[in-house]
Amino acid sequence: MRGHTAAMGVLAEAVPLLAADSSQVLPARQMMAFTLGFHIILVPFGVAFTAIMLIANYRGIRHGDETALQLARRWSLVAGVLFAVGAVSGTVLSFELGLLWPGLMGRYGAAFGIPFAVEGLFFFVEAIFVAIYIYGWERMRPWPHFWSGVPIVISGVGGTSSVVAANAWMNMPGGITVEDGRVVDVRPLEIFFTDAFWYEAVHMLLAAYMVAGFVIAGVYAVGMLRGRRDRLHRLGLAIPFAVAAIATPIQVVVGDVAAREVHQNEPAKFAMIAALPETGTRVPEVLGGVLVDGEVRYGIEVPLMASILAGFDPDTEIQGLDAIPPDERPAARLVNTVHLAFQVMVAIGSALLGLALWGGFSWWRHRRLPENRLFLACTAVSGVAAVVALEAGWVVTEVGRQPWTVVGLLRTEDAAPTTGNLWPFFGATVVLYVAIAFGTFYVLRLLRERWRAAEAEGEADPGGEGDVPYGPSRARAGDRS
Amino acid sequence: MSTFAAAVLFTGVLAYAVLGGADFGAGFWDLTAGGAGRGRRPRHLVDESLAPVWEANHVWLVFCLVMLWTGFPTAFAAITTTLYIPLGLAALGIVARGAGFAFRKVLVRTDQQRLAGAAFAISSVLAPFMLGTVVGGIASGRVPADGHGDPITSWVNPTSLLGGTLAVLTCAFVAAVFLTAEARRRDDVELEAWFQRRSQVVAGVTGAVALAGIAVLRADSPRLFDALLTRGLPLVLLSAASGLAALLLVRRLAPRLVQGLAVLAVAAIIAGWGTAQYPYLLVPHTTISEAAAPAATLWSLTIVAALALVIVVPSMVLLFVLAQRGSLESH
Ligand code: HDD
Ligand code: HEM
Ligand code: HEM
Repeated sequence: MRGHTAAMGVLAEAVPLLAADSSQVLPARQMMAFTLGFHIILVPFGVAFTAIMLIANYRGIRHGDETALQLARRWSLVAGVLFAVGAVSGTVLSFELGLLWPGLMGRYGAAFGIPFAVEGLFFFVEAIFVAIYIYGWERMRPWPHFWSGVPIVISGVGGTSSVVAANAWMNMPGGITVEDGRVVDVRPLEIFFTDAFWYEAVHMLLAAYMVAGFVIAGVYAVGMLRGRRDRLHRLGLAIPFAVAAIATPIQVVVGDVAAREVHQNEPAKFAMIAALPETGTRVPEVLGGVLVDGEVRYGIEVPLMASILAGFDPDTEIQGLDAIPPDERPAARLVNTVHLAFQVMVAIGSALLGLALWGGFSWWRHRRLPENRLFLACTAVSGVAAVVALEAGWVVTEVGRQPWTVVGLLRTEDAAPTTGNLWPFFGATVVLYVAIAFGTFYVLRLLRERWRAAEAEGEADPGGEGDVPYGPSRARAGDRS
Repeated sequence: MSTFAAAVLFTGVLAYAVLGGADFGAGFWDLTAGGAGRGRRPRHLVDESLAPVWEANHVWLVFCLVMLWTGFPTAFAAITTTLYIPLGLAALGIVARGAGFAFRKVLVRTDQQRLAGAAFAISSVLAPFMLGTVVGGIASGRVPADGHGDPITSWVNPTSLLGGTLAVLTCAFVAAVFLTAEARRRDDVELEAWFQRRSQVVAGVTGAVALAGIAVLRADSPRLFDALLTRGLPLVLLSAASGLAALLLVRRLAPRLVQGLAVLAVAAIIAGWGTAQYPYLLVPHTTISEAAAPAATLWSLTIVAALALVIVVPSMVLLFVLAQRGSLESH
């Protein structure tokens, strides 16, 4: 993960500082980045995977397609495990907002909290209907059961929008009146619907559909590469791939809009994205490259391109790092992190666009996806790539906001706790999360092996199906052991 | 207005105490159910009855946190900067618990199940204990208005330890009563007796600890003690009476009624704590109105709460009804 190497660098720099500084900024940031970076990977599976599963379910009932139904059923088991891990890791975040950022919550909780309160509603609905859907397979009639899944998708959209609204507010705070450092009045709608809200929310939702789609398609692509080219694998690849391939072109356009909005509204962040030392017009786009001693080195310049992208005109002025007041200017290390993370995201976005077009073209011409090894290999890695893009995008947003937590209002060092020691807590969290990540992979592999074993025995309804992940028929498992 | 928001927050605390409490308590019985062979049937019942509802139950905690930090931001910051150790441990406990529970279902080998099950069960005891110590710290006036109170004594003190112990015990009690009813629904006479016996034992122990707790409170937090025995007295008595009734009548009444009594006992004692601490949010430093966010924020929270009432509560009822009717099982 990108943040990880950055973290190691920061760590090396900061250890000597630590003794003199009782402030907990560094561990708080590391811990926030680590836990959010973890949670965000699970989010697409709660938000978008459920939708993909319902598409298969719909197909299954509507067209009497047994294979699609079987897929939907298997996916619901996987979604159940991932949903549980997503939910608990999200709960940790709620605690962390208080434990790591008391300065933020104490001062702006009255504003920042409102979108989270809305989010709470959606989580309730989501958790309730996930349970009904997963446990309803055997006992509910097909259509009511299908419909019990629809609120999950809706609340996924709502929940994501609400959390992202909170994030957008940190980037472009509005809708509050502050007196003597205290929020005395709030205008809830302005807090929720900031200018940054629209593109951030749509961008995140599309990212969720891309990540879930490409990851699941990738799993089946691996299976096909290993020679399992049955209908189950073809369909298991086609449905999620189609979803992701539709989301990708829209995502690139939305990302483009986001970049122009950031240029307008958050010039400091844009200067970091472009790693631009000095304000100017006719600015070239630098591919790769790092900022060393106020100069960008080792990059490839595309003349005029940055200006054209930012304003459709080579004469568009772009603010450089020099326009940021010295005491707010981010360190070169942060600039490079943001600059490179942005490039990674865009590169992956473009590559995935290519893959989506390839698949789409083949569908248009032949009514089927390509099945050659190259296509399958690309699809196999597309999921990981999408996850990397997702992480990179968040690094752009979050690190690009530094030194501010709430732009113009609250600096990160004033948000962090001033007493106590967060390192042990951070250490314990890392250990626990590593164990959980390992456990998740292990458990999902186990499910797959069980399905395979059942298929090998030629059972119509492979043995795992009734075994809802955290579900009942464990009596059988108990008996086996 | 601020009192109303506090009441909404408090309703969330009540819901979490009862529903989340029953979840945690089920983990307690899981932990104490004995070896793999002997404990299989009670564990199986715990699994089956918990699986569809635990995530929804645990959103109540998120609801409480969000209500607290949005409606009463300064008090939230004061609490987190003081009580960060038990809060952090509770958070980790909640992660280990959820993950352990979810994993255990898929694992088939006994040793692996045991590992995941242990993570689930041990943290089911750890988390409510820690949350109980947090309540004790707040109720006994150990969280200063500006936060940064003593990181250790704010939760390692007689009232907090009492709070933690009572939290674990009441969770175990509620869960035992719920599981008794669940076993009855499945016509499993043996398991029903298993949980019934345990609910009686734990009810007795809880009562004894609560009695001893009176002495602890008198010595450690006289203010809370006085308030509980004056303003809070009716609720304390109600709690004691329904707890006692549940203990004595468990064999005679329908399990549903016993369930009601158990819920009443827990809800009443928590409401007693709330009444005793009113009008303070952080006894005796910050009142509810002093800590409150601007009116527009409180209105937003009210709207959210109203929406929760019309959307979430019926959905939740649907979930419980389906689960109770056995519509959410797979065999
Ligand atoms: C699958 C994931 C993915 C892909 C392929 C892209 N992005 Fe992205 N991007 C994200 C996932 C993402 C995100 C979900 O991680 C972020 C973080 C915050 C947000 O709103 O979305 C993000 C943020 C983000 C931001 C910062 C917004 C802010 O700070 O307010 C910009 C300027 C872009 N993106 C631009 C692009 C462009 C020009 C892309 C063209 C290829 C692109 N993104 C592809
Ligand atoms: C873009 C960022 C985020 C998105 C899109 C998002 C979305 C989600 C979704 C869809 C879930 C449901 C569980 C799942 O499907 O895996 C979830 C769980 C959760 N998230 Fe996040 N989240 C984000 C960031 C955060 C942040 C910053 C917090 C808190 C500070 C948070 C708190 C929670 C909580 C408390 C849960 C558990 C709710 C439950 O019990 O169901 N999330 N999140
Ligand atoms: C939408 C939900 C999100 C919210 C509300 C949110 C909130 C915050 C807050 C309050 C901080 C600490 C203050 C600061 O450093 O500015 C922070 C920092 C950070 N967050 Fe987010 N965040 C969100 C999503 C994410 C995601 C999904 C990631 C994934 C990688 C992420 C990565 C980071 C990083 C790397 C930092 C540290 C920045 C630094 O200190 O250099 N955030 N975030």
